[in-house]
Amino acid sequence: MLTKRIIPCLDVRNRKVTKGVRFQGNVDLGDPIEMAVAYSEGGCDELVFYDITASAERRPIDIEMVREVGRVIHIPFAVGGGIETLDDMYRVLLAGAEKVSVNSLAVHNPSIIAEGSRQFGAQCIVLGMDPVRTDDPRFPSGYEITIRGFRERTGLDALEWAKRAEDLGVGEIVVNSVDADGTRNGYELHLTRLISTSVSIPTVASGGAGTPQHLIEVFNEGAADAAIIASMVHTGEYTIAQIKNELAAAGVPVRRTW
Amino acid sequence: MVVVAIIDYKAGNLTSVRLALEHIGVECQITDQPDRVLAAERVIFPGVGAAGAAMKNLRALGLIETIKSVVASGTPFLGICLGTQVIFEFSEEDGGTPCIGIVPGSVKRFAAHSTRPTDRTCSGPKVYSGWKIPQMGWNAVEFTRPHPVLAGVASGSEFYFVHSYYPAPSDESYIVGRTEYAGVSFASAIGKDNLFATQFHPERSGRIGLRLLENFSKWDGTC
Repeated sequence: MLTKRIIPCLDVRNRKVTKGVRFQGNVDLGDPIEMAVAYSEGGCDELVFYDITASAERRPIDIEMVREVGRVIHIPFAVGGGIETLDDMYRVLLAGAEKVSVNSLAVHNPSIIAEGSRQFGAQCIVLGMDPVRTDDPRFPSGYEITIRGFRERTGLDALEWAKRAEDLGVGEIVVNSVDADGTRNGYELHLTRLISTSVSIPTVASGGAGTPQHLIEVFNEGAADAAIIASMVHTGEYTIAQIKNELAAAGVPVRRTW
Repeated sequence: MVVVAIIDYKAGNLTSVRLALEHIGVECQITDQPDRVLAAERVIFPGVGAAGAAMKNLRALGLIETIKSVVASGTPFLGICLGTQVIFEFSEEDGGTPCIGIVPGSVKRFAAHSTRPTDRTCSGPKVYSGWKIPQMGWNAVEFTRPHPVLAGVASGSEFYFVHSYYPAPSDESYIVGRTEYAGVSFASAIGKDNLFATQFHPERSGRIGLRLLENFSKWDGTC
């Protein structure tokens, strides 16, 4: 049976892994290469790296870091942040990344999704989205897409954007709830389920994981295909193996040998 | 002399294959030159993407006859993902694509209509009830017989998959491993003389995948 993927997320700033709450108040946690090796050997199924300041500093992604990650781990990893052009996508993939994640860029320039998918294959184009809850009736799903780390609203409805991205050729969608991000109070289950059951491509839940129970919920009730975790493992509170043992005990299929 | 030739036919990113081989200390070269492929001690035929474009590129590069003769010569040959699919006779992809035809059988698309078992545990309105296509992630491979390339790898080990189509050999004796997805038990590993082929990505499957590549790099092509 296809197993549910557990994906540690490494937010990288100046070659250091960092973590904040709702995109603010970041503290440094360690070296991205060392952490990638530790998580890979610890049994994670995939990794994602976000160069979180590349966009704001208007510089390209740290490609040398991507190369180094590719040399030391041999499981899939995605890279996002600072991707502006098809050439940026190509450089990241050629450096050894399995997937490239686009977020703000996709909102500003949706055709780049279609073009990237056509040139490099749908499986390596990931749409990252940061929806925020809203009561505004202009958004039928109840969520509006934000970009630039919640700093900017887009006027896009989260569900409509997900379906449109699928039509454009995205291979996977990461749903990162702005409301839940960094809170460690659990994933946004309703939102995850809404998107995952409305598209035919894999959907990855992100934001809010604090305990293994939160992952059990997002796989069972949220219908997620994969789940991103950060603080709960970065702080050393849980290991990947502990999380997977609890998931397996609850009947969630996970990879047990590595 | 090229130790391992990785065939480049513009079908996706070959970096991960090269990096995995470098990690286990195996010298390799990415090439689209027929003479280099023919001279190699071993050949890896990877690839992601669509069968139609792949066959077109292989034809344009003059690699179809190369692949046929390298397999016929007894050189250890490893197909991965799309590389595995196009060594069959026919793929359903791109409205039907005639392929290289080294292994009898065809490549079929997963049916999206079967109900996912996970949906039964869920409450609330069900909008999409099918399996996600592509299959993306780690799934178990149950070995149906021993093979030198699988030495030291336990049956039931999980490997990384990304695909919407799956191999269906017409001769079941070529099946070495099986995997279940979307209501079918498909051939995820195939062995035919000096040819070994996987639907999964050993280069992306961590320690177990590296073990498989290491076995291949030492295999003499006999069973």
